[in-house]
Amino acid sequence: MDAVEISRFLTGMTLAVHIIFATIGVGMPVFFALAEFLAIKKKSSRYLALAKRWAKGYTITVAVGVVTGTIIGLQLSLLWPTFMRIGGHVIALPLFMETFAFFFEAIFLSIYLYTWNRFKNQWTHFLLSIPVIIGGSFSAFFITSVNSFMNTPAGMEISGGRMVNVDPLAAMFNASFFVRSFHVITTALMTMAFILATIAAFKLLKNKVKEDKVYHQKALKLTMIAGLIFSMLSMLAGDLSAKFLHQHQPEKLAAYEWHFNTESNADLVLFGVIDESTQEVKGALHIPGALSFLSDSSFDTKVKGLNEFPKEELPPLIVHYFFDLMVTFDIFCFVVSGLYVLALWIKKWNPNHKAFLYAILFTGPASMLAIEFGWFLTELGRQPWMVRGILKVQDAATTAGGLQFVTLLFALLYFVLLFSASFVLIRMFKNQPVSKDIEKIESERRGGAL
Amino acid sequence: MSYEMIGITVLWLFLFGYIIVASIDFGAGFFSLHAKLFGESKKVNGLIQRYLNPVWEVTNVFFVFFFVGIVGFFPDTAYYFGTALLIPGSIALILLAARGAFYAFENYGQDSKLSWLMIYAVSGLLIPAALSTALTISEGGYLIRTSNDHVDLNWVALLLSPFGWAVVLLSIVSVLYISSGFLTFYAARAKDWKAYVLVRKWFLMWGAPMIMVSLFVFLSLRVQNKTHFDSAVFEYGWLFIISFIAFLIAGMLTYLKKAHGIAFLFVMIQMGTAFFGYGLSKLPYLLYPYVRIDHAVTNDNMAVGLIIVFVLGLVLLLPSLALLLKLFVFDKAYVRGRK
Repeated sequence: MDAVEISRFLTGMTLAVHIIFATIGVGMPVFFALAEFLAIKKKSSRYLALAKRWAKGYTITVAVGVVTGTIIGLQLSLLWPTFMRIGGHVIALPLFMETFAFFFEAIFLSIYLYTWNRFKNQWTHFLLSIPVIIGGSFSAFFITSVNSFMNTPAGMEISGGRMVNVDPLAAMFNASFFVRSFHVITTALMTMAFILATIAAFKLLKNKVKEDKVYHQKALKLTMIAGLIFSMLSMLAGDLSAKFLHQHQPEKLAAYEWHFNTESNADLVLFGVIDESTQEVKGALHIPGALSFLSDSSFDTKVKGLNEFPKEELPPLIVHYFFDLMVTFDIFCFVVSGLYVLALWIKKWNPNHKAFLYAILFTGPASMLAIEFGWFLTELGRQPWMVRGILKVQDAATTAGGLQFVTLLFALLYFVLLFSASFVLIRMFKNQPVSKDIEKIESERRGGAL
Repeated sequence: MSYEMIGITVLWLFLFGYIIVASIDFGAGFFSLHAKLFGESKKVNGLIQRYLNPVWEVTNVFFVFFFVGIVGFFPDTAYYFGTALLIPGSIALILLAARGAFYAFENYGQDSKLSWLMIYAVSGLLIPAALSTALTISEGGYLIRTSNDHVDLNWVALLLSPFGWAVVLLSIVSVLYISSGFLTFYAARAKDWKAYVLVRKWFLMWGAPMIMVSLFVFLSLRVQNKTHFDSAVFEYGWLFIISFIAFLIAGMLTYLKKAHGIAFLFVMIQMGTAFFGYGLSKLPYLLYPYVRIDHAVTNDNMAVGLIIVFVLGLVLLLPSLALLLKLFVFDKAYVRGRK
């Protein structure tokens, strides 16, 4: 592998690890705030225990999120120095704002985590979660703006190989900014909901501590309802993204769908295997006209095909598989949460039936994988460009020696981090029945009343 | 003031902020390992954790702020430093990541392990060493230009450089010095006298070696970059003299067991004047001789944008930081472990 490929591999590896924790970082504050809100509203020790336990687990994931985020921030300059020299000052504003949002979040998260019993009024502590949520989602917004600039550059001109006449706001609010941020936030919330639901379902299936059953059922109900809402929003976001790509990055959409010839009434291709040399697709499910409909809400829409673009500017065709997997997993989660919510409604159905619980067990991993695949497809779908139409990836990589060496070191680091974080998280909650936490909260309450 | 001067001042301030809070953090990690190995953990750990648990994540943001800011204000630096620091920077990142994560595993997890404590204590001392290579490289003489205008780091020159090693040593010793200075203040505030005796001893112990290493750095800078040395001595020498006086006052107050808050303030003045003296005397070069501050600066629109965001950000941040300090450093009941 040459320097470009190693740099790509290392960046991809870092992001693949970071995105797990970043997703949790955006989603988790919303959930422990929600649980605390319900706890205060309903004066329930169960919900309070839920909020506290979720926040406790979060201390571990947020630590890994912070350190991997720091890594990717610096790796941009270490691995892609030419890109940062040419474009660093154009994406500076959102990057800078991201750091501020992160700062804001870090301060209030620290306060939130260490002041559970310090305020007389319970709402005061709850209010501290608001800046955490704002900080978390805004850092996602701003960092997505950086990524969307690379897809749809705006707000500058090119002169002598450099970006000049920068308009900071135009660069930040580039064409794909809103669609992407919306997609990122909704899918993060959806994924978090299903991960927490998976944990609850797992505990209910094991059913080791009988007293904890009601607690886990409550957690399951809360997260599944949230999961349904957010998975519907994610689908809306996905639909908006497809329409956006049709308008602004047709080669990306065409690669997702193995759509070679420009035509109206274009088929949506599901699954299948492709022979890249002959462009022959085998075993795929063709839905007539669906791609046109997806692109512009009309079957007559003409969708540009891959053959219209220069060969050396085409994204790799492998993205189609990632696209299929992402969509399939998303629909799976939507169906499971939809049925569960129906079961809450229909008296004859039992929402805590074993079959449900087994299905729910898969929603967490499925939605996290959907996040990973979604990022793979959007990043690979931009190939061969680093900044679409302006800078190719092969011209941006570092020239320094020692890439193999640092790649190995980082791989080792990520392995150790993932392994020990899982180890610590499992130890944290294994054999730690909730009933004990609830008792503790209740005895504290009585103590406070005296 | 020109945009580039505003930019570098802001960045230098944040780097200084990072040096202070990170030193407290890194040094504290080392001291808790030291205490554990010598059976004194009970004396200091409660104290250290009460301070560190809520603030370590905020510490990290100071650093992120600096490197994001420097790319924004001076994109050229990203190219030269980015290329030159691939290996030292990656090693620093790996240490930083291992330290942050294992700090969390050790302190928030269910059980504590000596090996985890070792990881974060030892990496804490190696991080300043790895990061300080950036300062060493900026003095010039460690970059080579290969054919077709590519840049790479000259490892042999770096590893054989007396100046480089002096900077590494200085960074480690100052970490221990600043950290023990802060912990002395915090212990006095907590009225935790057992810890106080121990950390005060550490602070007094690290003062003298720090001054000696600083002198050595000065002398080797003369060999490394004569212009920088002359500017530091003849134009900004007064800043270093103030620094030394502040060092004496901080040491004296601590020795006499008086006014620990003010003593730590003098530690900050001491570090601040030396740090700004170093920075000022370096200008106009950010990386000698490739990157000059006036040539590398971003275009005006972006500079204005960044400065506006910076001011708005501070309006948001300063009250929040004040709240954080109020709750975890200035709240007597919390510091004494009663909350």
